[in-house]
Amino acid sequence: MRDDLQLISDWIPQGATLLDLGCGDGTLLAWLGEHKQTRGYGLEINQDNLAACFEKGVNVLEQDLDAGLGNFQDGRFDYVVMTQALQAVLRPDQILNEMVRVGREAIITFPNFGHWWVRSYLALRGRMPVSSTLPYEWYNTPNIHLCTVQDFETHCYKHNVRILERQVINRHHRSGFLAKLWPNLFGEIAIYRVKA
Amino acid sequence: MPQQIPADSVGLVEPKNHHFDTPLELECGRTLPAYDLVYETYGTLNSNASNAVLICHALSGHHHAAGYHSMADKRPGWWDTCIGPGKVIDTNRFFVVCLNNLGGCHGSSGPSSINPETGQPWGPDFPMMTIKDWVNSQVRLADVLGIQRWAAVIGGSMGGMQALQWSIDYPERLSHCVVIAAAPKLSAQNIAFNEVARQSILTDPNFHGGRYYLHDTYPRQGLILARMVGHITYLSDDAMRMKFGRDLRAGRFHYGFDVEFQVESYLRHQGEVFSRNFDANTYLLMTKALDYFDPAREFEDNLETALAQPSCKFLVMSFTSDWRFAPERSREIVDGLVHAGRDVSYAEIDTPKGHDAFLLDIPEYVKLFGAYMHRVANEVENSINSVENTNA
Repeated sequence: MRDDLQLISDWIPQGATLLDLGCGDGTLLAWLGEHKQTRGYGLEINQDNLAACFEKGVNVLEQDLDAGLGNFQDGRFDYVVMTQALQAVLRPDQILNEMVRVGREAIITFPNFGHWWVRSYLALRGRMPVSSTLPYEWYNTPNIHLCTVQDFETHCYKHNVRILERQVINRHHRSGFLAKLWPNLFGEIAIYRVKA
Repeated sequence: MPQQIPADSVGLVEPKNHHFDTPLELECGRTLPAYDLVYETYGTLNSNASNAVLICHALSGHHHAAGYHSMADKRPGWWDTCIGPGKVIDTNRFFVVCLNNLGGCHGSSGPSSINPETGQPWGPDFPMMTIKDWVNSQVRLADVLGIQRWAAVIGGSMGGMQALQWSIDYPERLSHCVVIAAAPKLSAQNIAFNEVARQSILTDPNFHGGRYYLHDTYPRQGLILARMVGHITYLSDDAMRMKFGRDLRAGRFHYGFDVEFQVESYLRHQGEVFSRNFDANTYLLMTKALDYFDPAREFEDNLETALAQPSCKFLVMSFTSDWRFAPERSREIVDGLVHAGRDVSYAEIDTPKGHDAFLLDIPEYVKLFGAYMHRVANEVENSINSVENTNA
């Protein structure tokens, strides 16, 4: 399993109920179901991913995140998880509101656009950054709302979303001394646990 | 006629019949003292009878879901696209059962069969059936076949409603429930279309109050009209546009009421073929069974409470262009199941083919349905292996 998923799974207690937004092939849900007896659903729109979830026996619902989570009641899940999808939705602010409404807590990961390498790529080469965490060209990227650690935290503060925990890691999914000290400069992937 | 049977066909099949002597109490308050069910099976039942799959048929369906009855058959069974060796419902792995519902006209007891008390066809005296009654009769067939628990109960449209009713009424008797292109109950519009179909039959002068068998005739025109109306709701606007557009049969207007547009010709042909093969009383009865379907009714009109009864896992599928039972209707079922905390997966297949899509070979549909059934088969086979390992 991807290291960022491993980090997330450490945050999720035994028997929790989950909603995984953009659950991919269901790896996280399958692992948590098996090892932590969690129950829940993934939301996904990609056909191959749906088929992979069906085969794994992971509950998955074909549902577009941009249409909101109106079909789920307040506080229906212990955790609503969204990994690497915040930057790809039409309205990240709205989905964040929905996540903390439907989940008692929410876990979010996104690529940090404030990382020094991204900054220097744009500053020195004058071109949109391409890296292993941001592998697309400007014209074909699904990442339409990239943000920095600073942006995210400011948004949470302004909109009364409480940050309970933060981890920033590098491309090797390690959390170094520099990243702890200056997360917006040295973190490549940001992982947050938040609640309303 | 198949020149030769395709390799992925179940081949030549023979319907079986079972006579039931135990009276069946019906929702309408009446009792059916004895009855026959005709059914077909494909594949082999495994040693602990855990690989059985029940296929529930839709409005105009029957027990002949796959394969051929003879080399002279023009077409295979109605769901041959999905049932066969290596297909979605893989007969190399599953034992598949499909029956003709009570009240039908393809061999099971129904209005056109003989009422033993009178020696005459039942006609309008055959009791009204509901989805729940059908499920109760299917349970008895399962008992006869030695199937305590279905690996899956599967159905499209009205068949999906039977599958859903199974999960609510007999939660311990199925592991998976597959509900395709269905709804938790009919809308006013759905009932309205059914009523137009019924009125066209009921007002046909050859209907004779449902006793047309005694007059050696049948309400042909009524059945044709009923089917024409029904058929429009099975196709989508797009599907009709693509299939017929405004194409004319003779290339020019005739300024009359004979068939001019291709779509007219198609509908008349479909109605004509149907009227020759389907019993009018059965059509009336089955459309009423659809109208009555509303499992939430028993639970103070609360669908979520109804859907808290099942313990099986669900696959719900819908088709984007289906306006008879639109995706929103399937999502009502999904939302209810999620609310009740049940295991459910949902896929919305993007296709212009309308309600009939559930019978068609649509790649995305086949792929997703197949992936799910693959997992069901794996579960069955893993459980057998673990039992054998424990015994060893």
